[in-house]
Amino acid sequence: MATPRIAVVGGGLAGLMATIKIAEAGVAVDLFSIVPVKRSHSVCAQGGINGAVNVKGENDSPEIHFTDTCRGGDFLANQPPVKGMCYAAPGIIYLFDRMGVTFNRTPEGFLDFRRFGGTLHSRTAFAGATTGQQLLYALDEQVRRHEAAGLVTKYEGWEFVGTVRDDSGRCVGLTALDQRSMKAKSFAAEAVILATGGPGLLFGKSTNSIINSGSAAAAAYMDGAHYGNGEFIQIHPTAIPGADKLRLMSESARGEGGRVWVPRTKGDTRVARTIPEHERWYFLEEKYPKYRNLVPRDVASREIHNICVNLGMGLGGQMSVYLDLTHIPRETLQRKLGGIIEIYEKFTGDDPCDVPMQIFPAVHYSMGGLWVDYESTTDGFLDLGSVRNQMTNIPGLYAVGECDYQYHGANRLGANSLLSCVYAGQVVGPAAVRWAQDQAKTGATPSSVLATADTRWTEHFAELGRREGPENPYVIHEELGKWMLENVTIVRENDKLRATDAKILELMERWHRTSVLDQGQWANAPLSFLNQLWNMLHLSRVVTLGALARDESRGAHYKPEFPSRDDTNWMKTTIADFSPEGPKFHYEPVDVSLYAPVERKYD
Amino acid sequence: MARQTIELRIKRQDSPTAAKRWEEFSLPYQPGMNVISVLMEIRKNPVTRDGARTTPVHWESSCLEEVCGSCTMLVNGKPRQSCTALVDSLGDAPITLEPLTKFPVVRDLQVDRKPMFDSLKRVKAWIPIDGTYDLGVGPRLSQSEQEINYAFSRCMTCGCCMEVCPQYNDRSDFMGPAPLAQVRLFNSHPTGRMNAHERLEAIMGKGGIVDCGNAQNCVEVCPKDIPLTEAFGELGRQTTVFWLQNLLQK
Repeated sequence: MATPRIAVVGGGLAGLMATIKIAEAGVAVDLFSIVPVKRSHSVCAQGGINGAVNVKGENDSPEIHFTDTCRGGDFLANQPPVKGMCYAAPGIIYLFDRMGVTFNRTPEGFLDFRRFGGTLHSRTAFAGATTGQQLLYALDEQVRRHEAAGLVTKYEGWEFVGTVRDDSGRCVGLTALDQRSMKAKSFAAEAVILATGGPGLLFGKSTNSIINSGSAAAAAYMDGAHYGNGEFIQIHPTAIPGADKLRLMSESARGEGGRVWVPRTKGDTRVARTIPEHERWYFLEEKYPKYRNLVPRDVASREIHNICVNLGMGLGGQMSVYLDLTHIPRETLQRKLGGIIEIYEKFTGDDPCDVPMQIFPAVHYSMGGLWVDYESTTDGFLDLGSVRNQMTNIPGLYAVGECDYQYHGANRLGANSLLSCVYAGQVVGPAAVRWAQDQAKTGATPSSVLATADTRWTEHFAELGRREGPENPYVIHEELGKWMLENVTIVRENDKLRATDAKILELMERWHRTSVLDQGQWANAPLSFLNQLWNMLHLSRVVTLGALARDESRGAHYKPEFPSRDDTNWMKTTIADFSPEGPKFHYEPVDVSLYAPVERKYD
Repeated sequence: MARQTIELRIKRQDSPTAAKRWEEFSLPYQPGMNVISVLMEIRKNPVTRDGARTTPVHWESSCLEEVCGSCTMLVNGKPRQSCTALVDSLGDAPITLEPLTKFPVVRDLQVDRKPMFDSLKRVKAWIPIDGTYDLGVGPRLSQSEQEINYAFSRCMTCGCCMEVCPQYNDRSDFMGPAPLAQVRLFNSHPTGRMNAHERLEAIMGKGGIVDCGNAQNCVEVCPKDIPLTEAFGELGRQTTVFWLQNLLQK
């Protein structure tokens, strides 16, 4: 019997949590990441992590967290995994506390919790406004401990390019590109876990790190993995513009009392602070008296769109509104929101303690991702002994974190993403270990399978590396982003979606006439990008055509032509399968057995 | 007259062993640009100021909001994250971009900061928890302790402090300011304190705390205002006490 090895791809929260669970089981892990894992995109999560610890005397409970999450996701998520996650959440927060995360505290020394969107309870634990960074560092430290002990081998600066399969279709390893030597190399693994994050780069500029191309998940899709609910893309209502990316201003700003408004008079050019209270329109508070500024993100973004585009009342005629913190004491803001105050000031020059922030909606998160399986118990939780949990339809290939589709339905609630990453990482660890141990009994992967994959990818990159066509891949990417942003975000119209798909097909045709820009053999980023771009174009079609097909409005997917949720025809998961001609869609029912769908209202 | 162009001088090096060279670029000015967006513009049309075709400039970056530490380089001679280096704040003279000098160059503006991560292993910069299974709640902590620890836990391993430290160089074994400050962080955590001596032993030998020359450059350049020099004072006390305890026990 061979000794099993498991490959984890991606060093954000989900990948690192999976790594720790596997190492704790005594199984060796090869950890691949395009960046040093401490620099993964999880660092960008700001506001906090949800868990119904109920420290504020509000009678919160995991069951309410579960129903809030199902309703927030507009009943598109299968409910057993969501239930498992919400019930595990308090334990996950305690675990991070034990690892030394510097969570904010109450005066008595307990963990402090704050409000977030889509709930009426204070359920969000936080470390200033850099919670994701702090959680990631805690896991990075634990992984370093296992690395020092010899169970974890890191391959930082290696990019996943494809799965390695045996004759039966089982995933028996992966091929990765060394971003320095630019050599493709295949690695055997009894199980492969993708934890490669979201695809923000499809939209050009987003709140995502610029490593978030979605290319790895797209590569798995092109290898035959189902891609689920790709059309569900979250637009965060509050970001600030930038020439290189859009920067998030955390929902926690509203959780701590921040208020969203525009001047009541269209075209009012007065300085914000001189506009008297009665001349300010707090449009979210007015329309949603119960949840006020803390309606879910899809709702808030649509309202801002309505104010700015339909009514033309955005600041300076632009897609922009005020997010006002100036009524909150500076000391409180520094202690609870320091990280975002600092970012805003560094990038705009204004101090949000004194001047209302000017914010606008930006692409933020993909609810969709690689389809994964689960097995549930009779009482509606996940069966944690099952090898099927988090497994894609490719045997031996798992997916966790933002690159899976599992937990957030049609819209994710704020501070649930860190939770879903960690929970999926905890679930996939034991599942992959059991699977890998079973596979190892059948013997080692024949080296010929790895050699075939090596040859395929070496030839592929050699071909890309010779390209001297007239098209610049970065220009093609910029055009893709503009079209996706314009037509496949807050408001979706079928004729524009069709036009966008036609545009993507044009870009794909132009991709064949690109130049690699750099014929060098060392640390050649354009060569890697050229490969990523092809995958991104395919994934963009999944998003666009999935949106075109879904003639209803649900969560983040809004079509004015079909403004209502249509449970009869569309309470079902979109599944895209790759074909060279484009994605083939089929649908599967959603398990809503634990909490019957209700109308989604926040007023 | 409003600004029309941005001029840049970029130090380039094709590989760790290749010769260094300077290339100059001139681009149309756009409001709101930072160094990263300028580099992104160059790769869309990689042509030097003289009109010669060149390769896109190679650099490392990820979050672009100064929480990941990736994009650290010398901007006009100063170590900093290039994402927060706004063109409007850099003056009208040509912007100079160079890689950090204390780490090996991978290519162009990217360096290899692996020595910093290795030092984090050496000083055991982690809380040795029993396991990730459910063991209930963590230790209680006062607000003031949390605030001090939070300041240290924001270290991005970016390397700015290492770059300006006179003691951190290829002629010395000094591990540098960043890993030392993490000892301060973990030794003050209620659980981390239980094996504080292991971390103190790691920084008492060659390359440890005694090699700090107290130049205080590190604290000047830290983008997160981490109170590094206060940490070294505290670690000096901890190591002295530990040394005396060892002496008395002998």
